[in-house]
Amino acid sequence: MLTCKDFLTELNDYLDESVDRELKVKLEQHVTECPNCFVVFDTTKKTIKIYKGIEPQVIPEDIHSRLMAALHKKMAAGKGYS
Amino acid sequence: MSETTVAEVFDEAPLVERARSGDTAAFSELVNRYERKIFRLAKHITQNDEDAEDVLQETFLKAYSHLESFQGHSKFYTWIVRIAVNEALMKLRKRKSSRTVSLDEPTDTGEDTMVREIAVWEENPEQKYSRDELREILDKAVESLKPAFRTVFVLRDIEELSTEETATALDISIPAVKSRLLRARLQLREKLTKFFRRKGDDVFAYL
Repeated sequence: MLTCKDFLTELNDYLDESVDRELKVKLEQHVTECPNCFVVFDTTKKTIKIYKGIEPQVIPEDIHSRLMAALHKKMAAGKGYS
Repeated sequence: MSETTVAEVFDEAPLVERARSGDTAAFSELVNRYERKIFRLAKHITQNDEDAEDVLQETFLKAYSHLESFQGHSKFYTWIVRIAVNEALMKLRKRKSSRTVSLDEPTDTGEDTMVREIAVWEENPEQKYSRDELREILDKAVESLKPAFRTVFVLRDIEELSTEETATALDISIPAVKSRLLRARLQLREKLTKFFRRKGDDVFAYL
């Protein structure tokens, strides 16, 4: 029998689906029996999903221009040949 | 989003090869492809616009100068992330030593893996907010993590590097990545609960 503490210790690997089958069965059983651990599991899973789903913002135009200017300068100078 | 990433990686080798052989347009294309992600990563780690811009420039300038040393065994993206992480950590350390308040100083009082809030969330809680609101909520939550946890979370769960890649990029052990990631995830879960919890439920609903 897993305790809630055991469950928490394994939570990461469980979320990343990197636990072996035997342990997975035990963890699955624990979440069906323990509503609190189910909530922690479910909300942590959602936390990760929400962060993964967010697209990076477009870079401010001036920052992009300065980056390209610095690069073009470097490219014009050639790398290592000058 | 993940489909695009797979497609990009798939057709990327020829582009990288062209860049390596001196095609500057090909290199610019790689910059356009990844500048947003690198800038976001730099901002998350340094938490400072000026530093983030420096990191962005340094990353691509260094990548350009050292393109010959990129072997193609790893993804181009993973390679530049490693450069960016190094640059960003250098900035962070520099700032740390020039200030009286250490960035390692806990802003939260310990209890890293403590679970206090046990409340059910909405099914798709992110839909309750506009894109901008959501971005702000998420960014603020990440910002409030300690740097050690924040960097691991950003690399693993935002930039989607593997545990091994994260360990290499940060020069820490795999168990350290795992334990910091767990703490970061649990702390974020805790912080986001107040925004995403289902209306009408309370903490004791399941006790």
